[in-house]
Amino acid sequence: MSAPILEIRDLSVGYQTERGYLQALRNVSFTVPEGKIIGIVGESGCGKSTLISSIIRLLAPNASIGNGAILFKGQDLLGLSPGDMRFLRGNEISMVFQDPMTSLNPVLTIGRQMADVQHRSGASYIGKRSRSLMMLERVGIPDPASQLGRYPHHLSGGMRQRVAIAMALMTEPSLLIADEPTTALDATLEVQIIARLRELQRDFGCSILFISHHLGVIAELCDEVIVMYAGEVCESGSTREVFLGPRHPYTQRLLECDPARIPQRTRHLPVIEGSLPDLVDVPRGCIFRERCAHSMARCATERPGLSAGLHLSACHLPDLAS
Amino acid sequence: MGKFVFRRILASLLVLWLAVSLLFGMIRMVPGDPASVMLGPKATPALKAELAQRMGLDRPLVVQLGMFYAGLARGDLGVDPFSNREVSDIVFEQLPFTLALVLAAIGGASLLGIPLGCFSAIRRNSLLDRLTGVMSVAFIAIPSFVVALYLLLWLAVKWRWFPAMGAGEAGNYPDQARHLVLPAIALGLGWVGYIARLVRASMLEVMEENHIRTARAFGLPERTVVVSYALRIALLPTVTILGLGIGSMLSGALFAEIVFSRPGIGKLLYEAVLSRNYPVVMGSVLATTGFFVLCTLIADTVNAVLDPRLRESPGN
Amino acid sequence: MSIVPAVIRSTFTALRKDPLGMAGFVLVSLMLFLTVFAAWLAPHDPLEVDVANRLSGPSLEHWLGTDQLGRDVLSRVLYGGQVALKVALVAISAAMAAGLVLGMMAGFGPRWLDRILVISFDTVRSFPTIMFALAIIALTGPSLNTVIGVIIITSIPVYARVVRTQTQALRERDFILAERAMGASTARILRDHVMPNIAAPLFILASMDVPAVVGMEAGLSFLGLGVNPPTPSWGSILNDGYSYLRNSPWPIIAGGLPLIAVTLGFTFFGESLRDIFDPKLRGKDQGGK
Repeated sequence: MSAPILEIRDLSVGYQTERGYLQALRNVSFTVPEGKIIGIVGESGCGKSTLISSIIRLLAPNASIGNGAILFKGQDLLGLSPGDMRFLRGNEISMVFQDPMTSLNPVLTIGRQMADVQHRSGASYIGKRSRSLMMLERVGIPDPASQLGRYPHHLSGGMRQRVAIAMALMTEPSLLIADEPTTALDATLEVQIIARLRELQRDFGCSILFISHHLGVIAELCDEVIVMYAGEVCESGSTREVFLGPRHPYTQRLLECDPARIPQRTRHLPVIEGSLPDLVDVPRGCIFRERCAHSMARCATERPGLSAGLHLSACHLPDLAS
Repeated sequence: MGKFVFRRILASLLVLWLAVSLLFGMIRMVPGDPASVMLGPKATPALKAELAQRMGLDRPLVVQLGMFYAGLARGDLGVDPFSNREVSDIVFEQLPFTLALVLAAIGGASLLGIPLGCFSAIRRNSLLDRLTGVMSVAFIAIPSFVVALYLLLWLAVKWRWFPAMGAGEAGNYPDQARHLVLPAIALGLGWVGYIARLVRASMLEVMEENHIRTARAFGLPERTVVVSYALRIALLPTVTILGLGIGSMLSGALFAEIVFSRPGIGKLLYEAVLSRNYPVVMGSVLATTGFFVLCTLIADTVNAVLDPRLRESPGN
Repeated sequence: MSIVPAVIRSTFTALRKDPLGMAGFVLVSLMLFLTVFAAWLAPHDPLEVDVANRLSGPSLEHWLGTDQLGRDVLSRVLYGGQVALKVALVAISAAMAAGLVLGMMAGFGPRWLDRILVISFDTVRSFPTIMFALAIIALTGPSLNTVIGVIIITSIPVYARVVRTQTQALRERDFILAERAMGASTARILRDHVMPNIAAPLFILASMDVPAVVGMEAGLSFLGLGVNPPTPSWGSILNDGYSYLRNSPWPIIAGGLPLIAVTLGFTFFGESLRDIFDPKLRGKDQGGK
């Protein structure tokens, strides 16, 4: 088996806020193998954004990385100088952001922005333009030549997101990070974009780190999935295993509450009772303890580590397979 | 885009028309008949009658108003009773000097202010940022003629670094440039800080926006991100404000011209006021007001050109 | 209005944290003191002529020297402040009052009235201010009262616009609609709800307007179109100084200093007030004041 493209080891990241030090990520570890699509699923506040920002190192000024390593192709990104890090961005590691309305510069044409992304290629203006056209075709944009001269506000949301994907894949990165790319789009568009992404991944062979809170999309697209809660990884494994046989109570509740899974008509959508814990004052023991139906005494004192093996779960309960 | 410009032109014309009518009305409000007021105590009845006839003062008011507008449309601002020259000639003779001054002042202020503002935004709360902040507030506040006087006192009279009077030899550009320096500094000093503040505030807002994060995520060099991506958007509101600020600059230009004895519309107007030369007074005020309205219009149009979002109707 | 002492106290606490604002306040207070007590503080009669000693530099007798007629510059500067004070008080109060009324009319009244008023404001403001002043002075002759009048006319739109915006915004708010539903008259709403909300922004605007007003009077007096000689005004002192620039720089130096002090003081103080009362007005301009 080839080396993983991305390996997160024991990463802890926090923010200095008025109330204190907010521990957004605590000892997060996982790997992204080469050529695979890994999904990260979790509700708002689970630390997904902090994770991505840490990988590409575009964190807010009040953020600090506690300990841990981010190994990209074996090299620790945290040890890189800003210049070297910048070299990787848009080159080996690309991103697609969530909101296509605001992620593109409103006063520059699509063509100009796509050319700017190729700033390292050394190609001529014509060379860059033809590559842009080719990429636009690959993502399924009709009449690419005329789109190059347009501004982002001329395009629909779905088109803008396709352009974003085209821009991200243009430099043939080894790792593509997609931060909830379809959340702002409606369902039919979502299906199309996901299908296109899968196709492109097969063609380009890059690894994708796909963040979403939409379980259906994760199930459809991702080979493996990582479930995060409040800054920690609580479960990870192949999508099939995790979704069909969730081991962590949080994952179980997540799946139960997924509207797509509800067996019969009901007036009230199920929710997970309780709310996110305060990450400035992190409670001892298991982070999910407050909202877990199965919590025991041990959960209050001892923080569960990830179990060994391929299907990992951070829980004191041995096996919850029903 | 055409529709937008058209509507703006209409609005400007409306305001201009009202301003002009106001001026016209003012002159008729003077106690006594305009002819004797203009000619002063030495006016003989014959002179008065001639002037009255020339200015059409014997006709009904409405006709006078009509004549006035007709004249304006022709570019006829009346005749200077003292020198017998067309007012429009006199005004347009002096206008280039004032324009040169205003442009030099704004140009210099922008050249200094934009980079300062940009830098302040990138290095927030650094020493330079704080200093710029204080300086900008300070220099906006102080009346420009005080600055002009001090500059004249020290740099021109005491140390003789720059000339104290006039616009320089005709056709001799370096000489004229030397004569421009002090007045332009006096006019533009307050603006450096003002522009820096505007750019800084604008940049801070733009740098927070998502597309800047995208640009960084694609590894674009910081210089490109700041200048081509952020500054371009941040400059838009600055341009509009500059256009509007030209009006206040014209007032300042008047003082600069008087302090440095420079030719220009300001000096022309001032001397006309002292000699009660109404046609020239009116002509100068009209010309400057028209210029001011034109600048506002241009500023809005430039804004629309730079920001493609403004060109279309909203709700795309 | 028992809330006023508390407001003043908390303002001072906030001011103490802001060195520039504090400096502004100190300058303003100093200038006010010097001006109000000019009669007691001035060493000489500002109109007393002493041609033998004309255009002399600073000395024990004349701390800031003498002007071209031998008058004591320091005393003239002190009394000149009274002119500035008078102009500022009268012009700003009048413009504020008129602006308040007109702004409320525009904001609360019928659409057509609003349109007319706004166009009038725009028209008055479409003239470069000094040029407008000169045009009017050309017609009516120079005098301090004319200057005050012109300042009032050109300032009214500034106040009126702020009042209008605030009034319009408040007009749509729920609690106003509730009051209307209970039958409150427009006058009552204006008095009880609109005015308290406007008081702070207006006061801050006035504070930031003082430099402009004082500057305008000084400028027009400098042009010889303001106060009538021999009355001292900072502008007229500068005018005299300008004519005799090459003989003695002191009248110019002395005339400019109080202007700088007043404009800087009120601007720093006003900005500080604005930050204290409504940081939203300042936008993203954090730090670097």
